[in-house]
Amino acid sequence: MSTDIHPTDTVTHDEHETHAAHEVSDKQYILIALFLAVLTAMEVAVTEIAGMPEALLVPSLLIMMAIKFFVVVSYFMHLKHDATIFKFGFYIGLAGAVVLYAAMLATFHFFIG
Amino acid sequence: MAIIERPTDTPALARVGGGLVTPTTSYGYFRRPVQSTGWRSWAFTVDHKKIGIMYGAVAMIFFFIGGFEALLIRLQLAQPDGTILSADKYNQMFTMHATTMVFLFVMPMAAAFANYMIPLQIGARDVAFPRLNALSLWTFVFGGIFINSSWFLGGAADGGWFMYAPNSSVPFSPTNGVDFWTLGLLMTGVASQVGAINLIVTALNMRAPGMTLMRMPIFTWMALVVQFLLLFAIPIITVALFLLLFQRNFDATFFSVADGADPLLWQHLFWLFGHPEVYILVLPSFGIISEVLPTFSRKPLFGYPFVVFSGAAIGLVGFGVWAHHMFASGLGPISVAVFSVSTMAIAVPTGVKIINWTLTMWGGKLWFSTAMLFAIGLIVQFTLGGLSGVTHAVAPSDTQQTDTYYIVAHFHYVIFGGAVLGLFSGMYYWWPKVFGKMLNETWGRWNFWLMIIGMNLTFGPMHIIGLQGQPRRMYRWTENRAGEGFFNLGFWNLVSSIGSLILGIGALLFLVNIWVSRKNPPAPADPWDARSLEWITTNPPKEHNFDRTPTIHSLDEFFHRKYEDVGEDGQHEYKQVRTGEQVIAEEEAHADEHIHLPSPSYWPMILSLGLLVICYGVIYSFLVIAVGAAIVILALFGWALEPSTADDSEFDPPSDGGQPSKELAHV
Amino acid sequence: MSDTTIDPTITATPEPDPAHGGGQGHSDVGHQSTTGISNTKLAMWLFLGSECLLFGGLISTYMLYRNRQGDAIGPDQLWDIPFTSATSFVLLMSSLTMVLAVSAAKRKEERNTRLWLTVTALLGGLFLAGQVYEFTVFYREGLGYTTSLFSSSFYTLTGFHGVHVAVGIIMLMSLVGMLAKGRIVGDKAETVEMVGLYWHFVDVVWIVIFTLVYLIPA
Repeated sequence: MSTDIHPTDTVTHDEHETHAAHEVSDKQYILIALFLAVLTAMEVAVTEIAGMPEALLVPSLLIMMAIKFFVVVSYFMHLKHDATIFKFGFYIGLAGAVVLYAAMLATFHFFIG
Repeated sequence: MAIIERPTDTPALARVGGGLVTPTTSYGYFRRPVQSTGWRSWAFTVDHKKIGIMYGAVAMIFFFIGGFEALLIRLQLAQPDGTILSADKYNQMFTMHATTMVFLFVMPMAAAFANYMIPLQIGARDVAFPRLNALSLWTFVFGGIFINSSWFLGGAADGGWFMYAPNSSVPFSPTNGVDFWTLGLLMTGVASQVGAINLIVTALNMRAPGMTLMRMPIFTWMALVVQFLLLFAIPIITVALFLLLFQRNFDATFFSVADGADPLLWQHLFWLFGHPEVYILVLPSFGIISEVLPTFSRKPLFGYPFVVFSGAAIGLVGFGVWAHHMFASGLGPISVAVFSVSTMAIAVPTGVKIINWTLTMWGGKLWFSTAMLFAIGLIVQFTLGGLSGVTHAVAPSDTQQTDTYYIVAHFHYVIFGGAVLGLFSGMYYWWPKVFGKMLNETWGRWNFWLMIIGMNLTFGPMHIIGLQGQPRRMYRWTENRAGEGFFNLGFWNLVSSIGSLILGIGALLFLVNIWVSRKNPPAPADPWDARSLEWITTNPPKEHNFDRTPTIHSLDEFFHRKYEDVGEDGQHEYKQVRTGEQVIAEEEAHADEHIHLPSPSYWPMILSLGLLVICYGVIYSFLVIAVGAAIVILALFGWALEPSTADDSEFDPPSDGGQPSKELAHV
Repeated sequence: MSDTTIDPTITATPEPDPAHGGGQGHSDVGHQSTTGISNTKLAMWLFLGSECLLFGGLISTYMLYRNRQGDAIGPDQLWDIPFTSATSFVLLMSSLTMVLAVSAAKRKEERNTRLWLTVTALLGGLFLAGQVYEFTVFYREGLGYTTSLFSSSFYTLTGFHGVHVAVGIIMLMSLVGMLAKGRIVGDKAETVEMVGLYWHFVDVVWIVIFTLVYLIPA
C-alpha cells in the first residue's frame, strides 16, 4: 500500500512513455497465458513418454520450466519493459540463489550420478 | 522550528463518490499520534534521526551486556580449574556473548549510523518508508529482549552462536534456550530485512539533485552494499532457523542423523548467511573511517572509485567463501580447494582499501582527534586480524588452527579491531552532529588507549594459546594440560583475562565521557572542518534536516562550498572562501516554504509487539500464538488504513486565528 | 580524485524546481525520485529478489532430502500428476486474471479491477483447496509431517508456498475492499500492480516447484 502522497494521475513521465510504447494488450496476455498452459501440458506429456532417458528428460523439463518462469516474469510482471534497476534487484537475487544453492548441493555430490 | 503545512483540503485525501474522505470520518480509533515532546514522541516516531539514536542507545546497552558475559568467560579461564561458571553455564555464556555482540550490538549500531546518516548524506528529509523504519527498530528491540529473557526462563541457548545441528536439537539442548535464540533471531532478521529494503530504496531513489552515485558520500556507499548483503543473506538464515524450529517443535527430522539427515545442511545454510554476515559487520565501519580519515588528514579520500568498487567486490565475493568455515567437516578435497582459493581472493579488495586509507593519510596534515585515533586503530588492528585470516585461507594450516583459540584471536581482531573501533570512531566523529555537543577529547584518549591496550592484551595471546593447542568452547583448563615452561596456557590465559579487564574499563570510559560531556557548551556548526553533506545542517539537525534540498555539484560537496580551487596548470590549491556556518546560513536563507514531514504512527510498535507475543506463544502455548497473530493482523490493517497524516484539529491552532495554511508547530 | 569544479551559482537564488512539488504541500518523499521510478515498486522487486533466496533454500533442502524416505512411502507412489497439473493450471490462470486486473486498473475501470481481483483470489483459493485435498490424501496414504526427511521437506516447502498464497489472497481481498471504500491513497493502479507482482511471484515459485518436485523423477 502506498504511503506516499501524490495525485492519482501522477506517474513520472518516463514510465508513461515506456508504457505507451510497450503496452501489452489484454488479448496478448491471454495468448501468453495460453502459451504457458500449452507448455505445462507439454511438460506433463514429456514425463509420460516411456523409455525416455533421464539425461534427456531432466534438461528438457528444466528448459520448459525456465521458459515459463521468464515469460511470467518478463511479461506478466512487466520486467522486460520496466526500469533496469528492477531487473538488477531481482535477477541478482535469482542468480545468487541458483548459484549458491547449486554450489551447496554440489558439495553434497548431488549432481554426481 | 519546522514549518509544517497542516492539511486542510488536500488532494492527498482520496475523493470517492463525491465525498471527501477525511481521517476522522473513517475509523476514529485509527488516528495518528501527534505528540512532539515526551516519551510518546520517541515511542511512535518515524523520524530517522530519533530512530537512529534509539538504535544506538539500545545497541550500547547490549554492548555492555555482551561485554559482561565476556568478562565472566575470561574470569573463568583466568586460572586452572575455574569455578566461576559450570560447564553448562559456560556454554550459555559464550553462545550469548557472541549472539549479543553480533546481532544485538554491532549490527544495530551500524543500523543506527546508517539510519541517522544516510538521509543526511544524500540530502533527503527521511527514509523512503518511515513507518517501516520504526518497525525495524521495535522488532530489533523486542527481539533482543526476547532472546535475553531466556536467562530468566530456564536458561539461555547453549549451542554456540553458530548453533550446529544436531547438537541444537532437543535431545542435546533440552531447555527452551535454543528456541528463544531461534525465534529471537527470526525477529531481528525481520528488522534487518525490512531495514535493508528501506535503505536501498532511500539511497537509490532519494538523492538530492546532482548527486550521482559516484558523488555519494562513501559511508552511504558502504552502507548501501551492506543493505544488499543483508537483503540476500537474511533469507538464508531464515530458512535454517525455520528448519531448526520445526525440528525442535514439530519433530521434523531435518537434522536427525538416524533418519538419514546430513548435519552439514545446517552448516551450509548457516555459513551461507554467516560469511556475508561478517562483511555486514565490518563494512559500515570501513565506511565510517573512510569519512573520518580524509577529514582529519585534510585530504580527500584516496581513490574513491576504488574504495567504492572494492566494497562492492568484498560484498559479492563474500558470498562465495562460506565453506571455509567447514574445512574440517569432511567436505572433500575439491570443495576445500575451491573455497580456499576464493577465500584468498577476498583478501585483494580488502587490501585495496587498506592501501587507499593509508595513502589518504600520506602527505596529509594529520589531526589526531579521538575519532582519528580510532580510525587509525582500525587500520592497524584489522590488518593484524586480516593477516591471521590469510593463514586460515590456506586449508592445510587451517586444519591445525580450526576450533582453537587462534581462530578466536582472528575474529576478535577483525570484529573488535575492525568493526567496533570503527563504530567508536563514528561516535566521536558524529557526536557533535547528533547531540550538538563535543565529547571530551582527553577522556576520549583514555578511552581509546585503554581499549587498544586492553584488546591487544586480551586477543593477542590467543594466537599463541591457539597454536599451543587450547580448543575453543572449553569451559576450563587444568594445570597438567597447560603445557611446559613459563609461557604456557596458564600464563597467557591470565594475561588475556587481565587484558579483558583493562578493555572493560576502557569501554566504560566511553560512558564516563558521555556523562562528563553532557554539560558541554553547544558544539560549533562545523567542528571538524568536514567534507560531506550531512554537515550542511545544524547541530543537531532540524527535524526536517535541510531547509531546502541542496543541489549537488561534486563529491565532498560541503568541502567544495567552503574551499575554492585557485591552483593553476592542473595543480590544486585550495583557498577558503566560506566558513561552514556561512554555507549553512546560505541554505537557511533559501528555506522551502512548505515542508511536509511523515506523521508518527502507533502501528509499527504494535506490530512488533504482536510478533513478540507470537514468539512467546511458540514456546509456551498455541493460544498465545493466536493472540499474537491477531495483534499482527490488526496492526497490518491499522497500518494500511490509517490516514496518511494526522487530522487538522490535532495540530497546534494557528496563531493568527485564520485559515491554517502554514504555521509553526512545536517540534 | 574528487570533482573540484566550484559552481559560482551557489550563492544565486535556487532554481525553482517544479519536480520538487514545491508549494503544493506534497510529501517530499516518493513523489519525485532520483531514478524516476516509484519507491514502492523498487521495494517490491528487492523483496522478491530476496524471496528467491528463501525459496531457493527450501527447494534445495527438498532436493537434498527427496530420496530419503527409508521404508516409508515415497514420491513415486504418491504423486497424482493429473490432479496437480490441474491445480497448477488454476494458479497459472490466476496470474492471467491478475494481469487483467492491473490492466483494468491502469484504464481506471474500477468495477473491472475489483472483478478481476476477486476472480484471482477465488482461483488462488481453489488452488489452496486443491493443495489441502492433495495433502489430506497423502496423509491418509501414510505421509505425515514427521514420517521421513522427504515428507518433512516436502510439506515445509509446499507449506511455505501455501502460506504465501494465503497471504496473497488476503491482500487481494483487502485490496478489493479498500478500492470499494476508496481507502487507497495515491496511485491506485500502482497499488494493484504491487499486489500483482507479489502474486505473480508466488505463481512463478510454483512453476519451479511443480517441475522440480512433481515432474522430475526422484
